[in-house]
Amino acid sequence: MLAYILRRILILIPTLLGVSVIVFLMLHITPGDPAELLLGERATEEALLQMREHLGLNRPLHEQYGMFMQRLMRGDLGETIWTRQKVWVEVKQRFPATMELSIVALLISCSLGITFGIVSATRQYSLFDYLSMVGALAGVSMPIFWLGLVFMLIFSLNLGWLPLSGRLSVGINLEVITNFYVLDALLTRNWPALRDALWHIIMPAATLSTIPMAIVARMTRSAMLDVLRQDYIKTAKAKGLSRFTVTYKHALRNALIPVITTIGLQFGVLLGGAILTETIFAWPGVGKWMYDAVMQRDYMVIQGGVLFIAAIFVVINLCVDVLYAVINPRISVR
Amino acid sequence: MKKGSGYFRLLCVGAIALLAAGLIACGEKAEEAKVAPPETKPAAPAMQPASADGPKTGGTLVFGRGGDSVGLDPAYETDGNSFMICDNVYEALIAFKDESTALEPGLAESWDISADGLTYTFHLRKDIQFHDGTPFTADAVVFSLGRQMKERKIKYAGTGWEIPAQERPPEYWVSMEMDDIVDGIEATDDHTVVFKLKKVNAPFLANLAMDFADIVSPTAYMKDPKEFIRNPVGTGPFKFVSWVKDDRIILERFQGYWDKAAGPYLDQAIFRSIPENSVRFLELKTGNIHICQFPNPADIELARQDSNLTLPTQPGMNIGYLGFNLTKEPWKSNLDLRKAVAFALNKQAIVDNLYQGLGQVAKNPIPPTMWGYNDAVPGYMYDPAKAKEHLQKAGFPDGQGLPEITLWSMPVPRPYNPDGVKIGEAMAADLADIGIKAKVVTFEWGTYLKRQREQPEDMDLFQLGWTGDNGDPDNFLAVLFDGMASEAIRTQWHNEAYHQLMVQGRETIDQNKRAEIYKQAQQIFYDECPNIAIAHSTVIWPAVNSVQNFKLHPTSSVRLKNVWMK
Repeated sequence: MLAYILRRILILIPTLLGVSVIVFLMLHITPGDPAELLLGERATEEALLQMREHLGLNRPLHEQYGMFMQRLMRGDLGETIWTRQKVWVEVKQRFPATMELSIVALLISCSLGITFGIVSATRQYSLFDYLSMVGALAGVSMPIFWLGLVFMLIFSLNLGWLPLSGRLSVGINLEVITNFYVLDALLTRNWPALRDALWHIIMPAATLSTIPMAIVARMTRSAMLDVLRQDYIKTAKAKGLSRFTVTYKHALRNALIPVITTIGLQFGVLLGGAILTETIFAWPGVGKWMYDAVMQRDYMVIQGGVLFIAAIFVVINLCVDVLYAVINPRISVR
Repeated sequence: MKKGSGYFRLLCVGAIALLAAGLIACGEKAEEAKVAPPETKPAAPAMQPASADGPKTGGTLVFGRGGDSVGLDPAYETDGNSFMICDNVYEALIAFKDESTALEPGLAESWDISADGLTYTFHLRKDIQFHDGTPFTADAVVFSLGRQMKERKIKYAGTGWEIPAQERPPEYWVSMEMDDIVDGIEATDDHTVVFKLKKVNAPFLANLAMDFADIVSPTAYMKDPKEFIRNPVGTGPFKFVSWVKDDRIILERFQGYWDKAAGPYLDQAIFRSIPENSVRFLELKTGNIHICQFPNPADIELARQDSNLTLPTQPGMNIGYLGFNLTKEPWKSNLDLRKAVAFALNKQAIVDNLYQGLGQVAKNPIPPTMWGYNDAVPGYMYDPAKAKEHLQKAGFPDGQGLPEITLWSMPVPRPYNPDGVKIGEAMAADLADIGIKAKVVTFEWGTYLKRQREQPEDMDLFQLGWTGDNGDPDNFLAVLFDGMASEAIRTQWHNEAYHQLMVQGRETIDQNKRAEIYKQAQQIFYDECPNIAIAHSTVIWPAVNSVQNFKLHPTSSVRLKNVWMK
C-alpha cells in the first residue's frame, strides 16, 4: 500500500509538469496583456514598455517558461503581477476559506444525498422516489446565483436568521492561525467567533451543496438499484436477514464504490473554488481569486493557482483510490 | 475492518447526517442573534460635543465596496480601491478641497513660485508625526517623491536614506510625465523643500495633490521595502490596522493627527469587499455596511424610497466619448462626415436608457464642473435632419458610397461608460437612421486598448473615455486630444492651433488666463469635431442616515476625516 501511495505521489511530478506547460501556453496564446490591463486607458507607450520589461513579458516565451520552472524547482511559485505578493502566501490566505466552505458543503451534500439515494432505491417508484429525483434534477439545474440570492432574501432579510455575506461579522475578533476560521476559533476557544463563523458558512455551503447533493443522490440511487438486483442480495434475503441488514450491510457497501468516486470528483471540483458562490457571498476564496486573475491576466496567479489546484485534485483522487481498498477488500492497490 | 464494519459505516453516515441537521438547527437558533448592525465601540465621553447635531467622536463606519485594494503604496497603485485607503492613511503637500479639485494647503503650509515658474519652494507644517512616531520632515518629502524619479536628482537636509531600486515603474509618476517636468528635489532645511522644474508646467501643483504624491514614512518603508505596500504608514487621519485579503481592511483613528480643527471622529473605518452589487446593497439595507459604493441603478430607485438611506451624489469628473480613426480617410479630412455622425447620435436617449439616468449629456470633452468649461459652445445635439444634410455635403447622400463602417465598443463597464456594447448598438441604430451602416465590434479589454492605440485600418469609430486625475483641464484636453504632443495620444488628432493652445496652457501660470485658453480650445474642438463627447456619468453612493458629513469627491477619492456617526 505504502509503495502504491509513493508511486502515485511520484506520478504527480509529470502530471504537474504537463499542466504547467498547457497552462503556460494557453495563457500566452489568449489575447490580452497584463501591462495593458494594469495601466488601463492612461498607459503611455513608455510606461507600457517599462512595465513589460519589469514583468519579463518582453522576453521570448521559452525564456519566460524557463524562469517560471527555475523558480518552481526551488518551490517558489513566483510573485503576483497585481498585488506584488508571493503567490504561495496568497494561496495560503485563500485556500483555507475555500476548503472550509467545501468541507461543509460536502458534508451537507453527502449526508442528504446518500440518504435520499438509499431511500429512493429501496422504495423505487414510490412518491418519495419521484419527489427526491425531481428534487435532484432541480438541484443540478438550479442557477447557483439565483439560489444564493433567494436564500439571502429568505434567511437574512425576511427571517433575520443568518448573516448575508462574508466569513465573520464586523466587531468579532479572531486570532487567525490556520485561516480556517472554525478551526481557529476552536483552537483559541473563542466561542463567539466560532458561532459567528458557523453562522456565516451555512448559507454559502448550502448553496454550494445543491449540485453535488443532487449528483450524489442520483448516483447512490442507481448504484443501489444495481446492487439490490444481484444474486447475493437475493441469497441474503432468502437467508432470512432483515431488510435493514440486507440494505445497509450487504448492498450499501458495494454500492458505495461509484458513489465515493463521484464524491471525490465533486470534492475536487469544490476545492477548485466556486466562483459564483464565493462572489455572491463575498467569500474570500480561491474561485474569486482565480477569476479576477484571469480577468486581469495575472499570469503568475493563474499558473501558480492552477498548479496548486491540480496537485490537490491528484491527491484527492489518490485518497479516493485508497478508500476503495478500505471499503472493498476485493480491490487491492498495488 | 471486516465483519461488523457495515454498522460502523452506517454510524458514520448517521453521524454526518446528524452533523448536517445540527448545522441547520444552529441556523434556527440564530434567530435571537438576528443580523446585528456592526458592533460599535462606545464613544469617548470626554470628547462629546455640546450640540446634538454637531460632530460626535466615536463609532465604526463600514464602507462596502466592489473589490479589494491591490496595494497600499500610493506611488505604485493605479486603482480606485487602493487609492481610497491611501486617501485616509496618507497626505500630500497639497490637498484638493472637500467637494472640488480646487487646491488647498496639505502638509505644506504655503509655497512660493519663482518668477520664471521653474522653482517651487514648499514650506512644510511643523510638529507632524507619522503613524510610526517618526517626525514628518522635508527629507521625507524628498524620499517619497524622489524614489519615483527615473534619474534621482535629490538632496536631503539631513543624512537621508539610500533609496532601494524601484520595484516596478511608478505608474502615475510615469503617466503624468513627471520625469519630463521635475528636474530635482532638494530639502534646504528640515521644513523647506525646493522643486526645480525642467520646464514651466502649470498643472504641476495639481499633480502634487494626487495620490501618487503622498508622503510616506521613510523609516517604515526602509524597514521592509517589499512589504510596505501591505503595511502603509503615513501622516493621515487614519492608521492602518489590518488587512484580510478580499475581505476587509481596518483603519483606526490616528490619535496624534496634526489637524485638531476637524476630525477624525470615527474610532474605526472598515472597508469591506462585497463583489456582487445587489448583495452589497442588501448589506446596506440591513445596516451591516453604512455606505454602498456602485449600487445597481435599479437599487438607487429603491434607496430613494427608503427613509433610512441618503443619497450622496456627485457629478463625475469624467467623459465618455466616441472617437474617429483620424489616421485614415474618410475620417481624417472629411469634416462634414464627422459632423453628420455627431448630429446623428441621440445622446439624451443613451443617457436616459443606458446610463439609466445617472449621467448628463456632454457637449464639451471636459465636465461642466471644471474651471475653464466653455458653456457658450452649443455642442452637437441630436438632429437627424442636420445629420443628413452634412452627410450629403460630405459626398455620401443617404450614406451611398460609404462602405459599412466598424464601431468599436468597449467590452467592460467603466465609470464613464456603463455598457459599451449596448451603447454601441444604440449608436449603430442611430447611424442607420441617416443611412450609415455600422457594425458593432468588440474585443477583450486588454486587446481593445492595445489595438486601439495602433489605430488599425479596421477601426472607424471607437468608444473610450477618461476619469480625471487632478481637476486640471489640461488633464482632459491635452492628454486626450493633442495628438501632436505624442503618438501615445489615443485620438491622434493633429491640429496645429489646438496644439499651440495646449502648450500655452501648460506654460501659463495664471489660472484666469489659462481658463480663457482652454475655452478657445473647446471652441476649436467643436468647430473641427475630431471626436464626439457623449456623456459625463454621475456617481451616487447610498449611505445610511447615521453617516454624517460624508461628501463624494470629483476624483472619486473617499475621505472619512470629517465624517461622524450620529
